[in-house]
Amino acid sequence: MTKINITVNGDTHDDEVEPRTLLVHYLREKLGLTGTNIGCDTSSCGACTVHLNGEAVKSCTILAVQADGTKITTIEGLSKDGVMHPMQQAFMENHGLQCGYCTPGMVMAAIGLLNENPKPTERDVRLGLEGNLCRCTGYHNIVKSVLAAAGK
Amino acid sequence: MIPAAFEYKRATSAAEAISLIGQYGDDAKFLAGGHSLIPLMKLRLAQPAMLIDIGRIGDLSYIKDAGDHIAIGALTRHMDIETSDVLKAHIPLLAHAASQVGDAQVRHRGTIGGSLAHADSASDLPATTLALGATYVAQGPKGERTIAAKDFYMGFLESALHPSEMLTEIRVPKMTGAGWGFQKFNRRAQDWAIVGVAAWRSNGSSGVALVNMGSTPILASSVSTALTGGATIAEAAELAAKEAAPQDDLNASREYRVHLAKVLVRRALEDASKK
Amino acid sequence: MTMTDVRQNTIIGTRLLRREDPALLTGEAKFTNDLSIPGALHLAVLRSPHAHAKIISINSKSAAELPGVVAVYTGADLQSMWAGPMPCAWAVTADMKSPQHFPLAISTVNYVGDGVAAVLATSETASRDALDLIEVEYEVLKPVVDLEEAMTDNVLVHDELGTNRSYTWNLKIEATEGCVEEAFTSAAYTVSERYVQQRLLPMAMETRAVAAVPQPFGGDITLYSSTQVPHILKVMTALTLGIPEQQVRVIAPSVGGGFGSKLNVYAEELLCVGLARKHNVPVRWVEERSENAQSTIHGRGQVQYIELAADKGGKLTAIRVRIIGDMGAYLQLVTPGIPLLGAFLYAGVYDIPHAYDFSCTGVFTTLTPTDAYRGAGRPEATYAIETAMDALARKMGIDPFDLRKRNYIQQEQFPYTAFSGLTYDSGNHLAAAEKAAGLADYAGVRARQAKQNVTGATKRLGIGMTSYFEMCGLAPSRVLASLNYSAGGWESATVRILPTAKVQVVTGTSPHGQGHETSWAMIASEKLGIPAEDIDVLHSDTAIAPLGLDTYGSRSLPVGGVAIAGACDKVIDKAKLIAAHQLECSADDLEFIGGVFNVKGSPDRNMPLAAIAFQAFTAHNLPDGLEPNLEAQYTYDPPNFSWPFGTHMCTLEIDIETGQVEVLKYVAVDDCGVQINPLIVEGQVHGGVIQGLAQALFEEAIYDEDGNLKTSTLAEYLVPAASDVPSITSDFTVTPSPTNQLGVKGIGEAGTIGAAPTVMNAVIDALSGLGVTHMDMPASPHHVWLAIKAAKATS
Repeated sequence: MTKINITVNGDTHDDEVEPRTLLVHYLREKLGLTGTNIGCDTSSCGACTVHLNGEAVKSCTILAVQADGTKITTIEGLSKDGVMHPMQQAFMENHGLQCGYCTPGMVMAAIGLLNENPKPTERDVRLGLEGNLCRCTGYHNIVKSVLAAAGK
Repeated sequence: MIPAAFEYKRATSAAEAISLIGQYGDDAKFLAGGHSLIPLMKLRLAQPAMLIDIGRIGDLSYIKDAGDHIAIGALTRHMDIETSDVLKAHIPLLAHAASQVGDAQVRHRGTIGGSLAHADSASDLPATTLALGATYVAQGPKGERTIAAKDFYMGFLESALHPSEMLTEIRVPKMTGAGWGFQKFNRRAQDWAIVGVAAWRSNGSSGVALVNMGSTPILASSVSTALTGGATIAEAAELAAKEAAPQDDLNASREYRVHLAKVLVRRALEDASKK
Repeated sequence: MTMTDVRQNTIIGTRLLRREDPALLTGEAKFTNDLSIPGALHLAVLRSPHAHAKIISINSKSAAELPGVVAVYTGADLQSMWAGPMPCAWAVTADMKSPQHFPLAISTVNYVGDGVAAVLATSETASRDALDLIEVEYEVLKPVVDLEEAMTDNVLVHDELGTNRSYTWNLKIEATEGCVEEAFTSAAYTVSERYVQQRLLPMAMETRAVAAVPQPFGGDITLYSSTQVPHILKVMTALTLGIPEQQVRVIAPSVGGGFGSKLNVYAEELLCVGLARKHNVPVRWVEERSENAQSTIHGRGQVQYIELAADKGGKLTAIRVRIIGDMGAYLQLVTPGIPLLGAFLYAGVYDIPHAYDFSCTGVFTTLTPTDAYRGAGRPEATYAIETAMDALARKMGIDPFDLRKRNYIQQEQFPYTAFSGLTYDSGNHLAAAEKAAGLADYAGVRARQAKQNVTGATKRLGIGMTSYFEMCGLAPSRVLASLNYSAGGWESATVRILPTAKVQVVTGTSPHGQGHETSWAMIASEKLGIPAEDIDVLHSDTAIAPLGLDTYGSRSLPVGGVAIAGACDKVIDKAKLIAAHQLECSADDLEFIGGVFNVKGSPDRNMPLAAIAFQAFTAHNLPDGLEPNLEAQYTYDPPNFSWPFGTHMCTLEIDIETGQVEVLKYVAVDDCGVQINPLIVEGQVHGGVIQGLAQALFEEAIYDEDGNLKTSTLAEYLVPAASDVPSITSDFTVTPSPTNQLGVKGIGEAGTIGAAPTVMNAVIDALSGLGVTHMDMPASPHHVWLAIKAAKATS
């Protein structure tokens, strides 16, 4: 077991984990933050996307021990005082989700995208979300949601 | 999805990392960003008994102007290379190639040293640094040595790096105004290239390397020789696969890969004539 | 009934935002694997690495000794646990052959991924580690991978059946005997095409997950599963495990997509329930993605031979179809029926005489079982007729749109009784097609194409179209009976007005992304005149919604939604009796507008539903004999399928040096009758189109000759991302269905049905100048390059 100290959504956690524990498993099983989903085993789908020190990463491809000392934000950490983040709002207003399984990762990736490119074109958004798969929406309304959030 | 069990040590310096791997031997592996290794471990295709985490060796993440070349710390992330003003100014081909690796999430974690040491011929940066005539700096129990990119790649996922050595720096010559082209051909943007080409050209000299055209990244030296000898781009591009030994896979036959290499080398060189 | 009767209020047709979204957007929603289940053991399944092999021995000693491992079971160990084999609910012919199929293989494994042993452990990690320690000795048998090779019976998948053919199902409709053959003999034009519907992996983003929670002293068991069909699953679990049905409760928590792949009864559901009962503790399981690729059903998997006969004007005179359907290794819940769902659609949207000859043979292979995947039989049929129509147009040297115009069923022919005896409820194909042609600038693209596609041009422009009919809203129970399906096609709803005039709508549909909670509240709101936000929709729990037939086949709205409207009518009828009693008038004198009963001609004498709800609750002053409370249950068995239709067009460019296809514009004009919520309708179209486009350009389950799936991860199986697909121009025509009171038709599968042939017709169109006339899907760069090369070689 290895000791780690991680700040997740503003709360600091001191834990002992098996080195093979993936960050996503740590978040879901140890902290009960089940909003972050697992959709594949090859780092392809992006459902597990969270922010590590403010940047979008795939939490299935990071060991919890690698995240020691970092600040993590998950989908549960986005809303403030019961109000959804503007990106979450934009997804709702533009029907950017259907089954909602890819959605937490998609929203985290989209926020990361706008952090790095606040005024993207449609092509920028599509390329910027290349690492997130959705099976329901055909992406049309996801792209629309992100562009709407960027316009706000 | 759950890796097999392993032990974990974090190194705080290159020297410590090398000393640790010396202690644990062949069953140990270095862990940088982990974006080549962890996916294999999740599918249990790799089961190292010990991981030595070198990701926190802070002084190995840098991009420095070193006169005739740019020195890049081995732990520099793809995203840092992609967005580096120094690299955009002096080696735009490398900055662009880094922007084509995986997806944004991967580029936030994956490192140039990790990618090169993994020695996957389907990755973008091995071929790109090969085309650019880069030199890799390795540190091991016996000290530091430099390995030219052209001498580094030995076979499928095999490099000249000794298991007890780690990459510490990548030295890439400045392009000094050379034009360049980068062609990545794939079906989905996030995927590895089916065939990729990194090329640069300036008065009389050129460098062309191929992604996923054999078990190692391939330096298409016949193309450069032909260009030096006065061949047109179209003529030279016909020699694209001379040094290559591509394989069949789910996305392409060997024959199609050879064809693609010719088309993409031509296009990359045409781009190089423009920018 | 006319639409004005229904549309007293205005919520139907509005773009109401989905009430489902906040929970999903914030991580609050619970998918099955998110549930916290104290004390649960974790199930892991060891799977066969061989496509076909005898199990010689299984040694699980070291696995059983691993810390945390509670038990390891083989198929033989569990044989006494099953009351019967795993169910196939669709014996399509009386002589259909079906091998016995148990959750773990007993003596022979028949596909890579077939379950061999089950581990129970106190952690997921231990269960996974234990799999690596189980030693299985196999005697490898010859695999059966190729469909047409399977037909020869040279190698049998199941020795005991004596053949690889499960069934042959025929539908021959002739005005006079032999008229199909005559039509082909006397035709001015014929085409004869062979198409391959490649196997597809459904790849819902949430893999399957199961948790079974027993009540050791009460005898009941609750099964949580990521399923589309909690009601069907409840019955089948009871039957397969021999548990009295009333003791089984099935709950589908939030479900992360299905696309047909969760319309099934799976081994792991039965294993979790069986083992939870055996050990008297909860047992849970979550599927890894590579397991999902191998052990969740696959879609499509057909070889199609289609022949068209036409007169010299291009009018179709007969259609002949031969299908070989890949069943895979076993028959899952509705495997054999899938190709037959397309059996009536190989004439597409065209007016053909009674000259139709269809035959389908289902064959076993040593591959993952197939079953329903978005569209299920209908995309395959539409693909065949629509690409064959393009082939006919090429043969005649006329524009494919022109050929279609000569054959469309005309607007004035509706309701149209087809050759098959089925009645197409409503339609206007030409209007939809012309709208699509306008949006796609069909004439403009043709003009550009003439200039662009000249000798030497690297980028070739193509435009393709598809006009489709979808047979959806499964279905009239009597029609299902005629197809030997062993369930009905009805749907149930309960509408309950609470004392405070808030409403509970209980539905038997089971959504997994379709937005039923929002749309069903809108229907009830429209009917009852009560604001949508005051209406809750309950579903997907057999204890709360005990009656239902679940969600698949674009049935939820045209069957389940109409059931809700029917239940509202019953509630209104009852409320009317109370209102009449209290207003001291005859019920016939009352009209119900905007949630208020008014005495006709005396608008000051009125009573709102809210007041009646309270009266019904207190029961202080009800008419004699009337039961207290305001609640009605209604079961709707539709008199017909619903028949959405439309035309899709796609413009694309192909780089003929590399074979890369770039879609420039995709236009979908769909008609699903009245739209409850256009926002959701458009979302269904977008998603469906991209799924169909993905079949055309990206996706393919690739097997090697040993029967190993080479595309078992999302790195190899190319579900496209946003970067790889176009945006969609989605528009509509609105032709209400006359068969249900809402005027609605289904829309869940239409996009998928339209898209694949549209894209492939555009691909062939772009390359026709190079002599390319045929290409199997997907039109990957490699396939395109090969097709161009082959065409050059023969020209």
